[in-house]
Amino acid sequence: MNEPGTQELRVDWTVCAGNGLCTELLPELLERDPWGYPLARHGAGAGGGVIVPAGLEGYARRAVAACPRLALHLDPVQPRRS
Amino acid sequence: MTRRSGGPLTAAFAPDLAAHEHRSGPLPWQGGRGRLLPAVEASGLTGRGGAGFPTWRKLTAVASGSRPVVVANGAEGEPASAKDLTLLTHAPHLVLDGLQLAAEAVGSDRAYVYAKAGPGADAVRRVVAERVTRGWDRYPVEIIATPDTFLAGEESAIVARLEGRPARPRHRRRLIVEAGVRGRPTLVQNVETLAHLALIARYGAAWFRRLGTPAEPGTFLGTVSGACATPGVVEAPLGLPVGELVGLADGPTGPLAAILVGGYHGAWLPADPGCRIPMSREALASWGASPGAGVVIALPAGTCGLDATARIAGYLAEQSARQCGPCLNGLPAIAATLRRLADGTPDPELVARLDRLVALVDGRGACRHPDGTSRLIRSAMRTFAGDVAAHLHGSCLEAA
Repeated sequence: MNEPGTQELRVDWTVCAGNGLCTELLPELLERDPWGYPLARHGAGAGGGVIVPAGLEGYARRAVAACPRLALHLDPVQPRRS
Repeated sequence: MTRRSGGPLTAAFAPDLAAHEHRSGPLPWQGGRGRLLPAVEASGLTGRGGAGFPTWRKLTAVASGSRPVVVANGAEGEPASAKDLTLLTHAPHLVLDGLQLAAEAVGSDRAYVYAKAGPGADAVRRVVAERVTRGWDRYPVEIIATPDTFLAGEESAIVARLEGRPARPRHRRRLIVEAGVRGRPTLVQNVETLAHLALIARYGAAWFRRLGTPAEPGTFLGTVSGACATPGVVEAPLGLPVGELVGLADGPTGPLAAILVGGYHGAWLPADPGCRIPMSREALASWGASPGAGVVIALPAGTCGLDATARIAGYLAEQSARQCGPCLNGLPAIAATLRRLADGTPDPELVARLDRLVALVDGRGACRHPDGTSRLIRSAMRTFAGDVAAHLHGSCLEAA
């Protein structure tokens, strides 16, 4: 669970409507901000995504699949974008 | 806004093709894809649109892909910036030469000029036909007029616009240099970067490096406004102290309280020592600032910095593309909270609330609009800390 992850969760903020399913399925990593949008519980990585510990990858995939807006993506960790 | 001479870029300004050819000579074709890259790398040229990314890295990334697209970005959404418009109207050929050379360097056959509808786009439109007739250009250039919004020039907004959608930022799963317009590798360069490129191709990297600092070579176009004698566009070497930039605009009109460096997504510096700090990424970094697109706004003593920042925050909230929840909700909340503080509402909770909101929006959008807004507000809270304390007690330091 504390293995450093190679995948990160990224929110497409232009699509996210703050339904909150991801925060329910992945409370270890996500909470809700005052407006209901997902907030990284332990801060975001350099690329703006939430690094997923190897042990939570399966749960992260479920959260991605459950998003009714298809706003959540699990991608390989990326450097900060220019 | 007036234009003054004073640097190699400004010296190469020429209104028409005959004058341009006379001054700068023919377009120096390099003879194929990739040929220009070593000179660009050696020059140390960085993007002049704000992010300051090494130009050769971008060129190299795009050149390695198939069927790339090149874009000259002159959208200049920053209200306090006038240098892109100055370039498009006074040196359109320099910009277009740079665009042609960039297209050759990355092996592209699609070149665009992306500029605000109005005099800039018109100036380019007037000269493009002449260049084609004269056989000056090898790659056809299409001009895309953009709405005058703060975010229209953001890279992913440009990609959206070039794909026929509204010019609003989009979520990116891949880098634009790898997969931009219709999935093709896309090079977006600020028009000033391209103008420098056109000169580097002619005179070489060593010539370019004569000015500026070893780490940040060359000159840049800055736009100086606020409490200075002659607001306008100036050319200066990177590393020139901020106060001397104001000097190029004929100096301050009186004592200054603070200076906003880098535009509305930039940072406030106290006039002292701000005026002595070099205009470079390296020197400004420890102040949480950067040269950005070269915007400098001088705030005169006797003007409330919190009020000035609240006005800008109101504008930035209005310019949100209203797509991303944290920005859509957070920026108006930030603007309203700062407005109450600026108006002298004696509520100590305002500062903590502002801190929370700023942290909450930072990094949580499809583009850097919330991040840039956070940077501005944080810098205001640092630089105007004395004013914050006075306002919370119902007074204002500057209104004495």
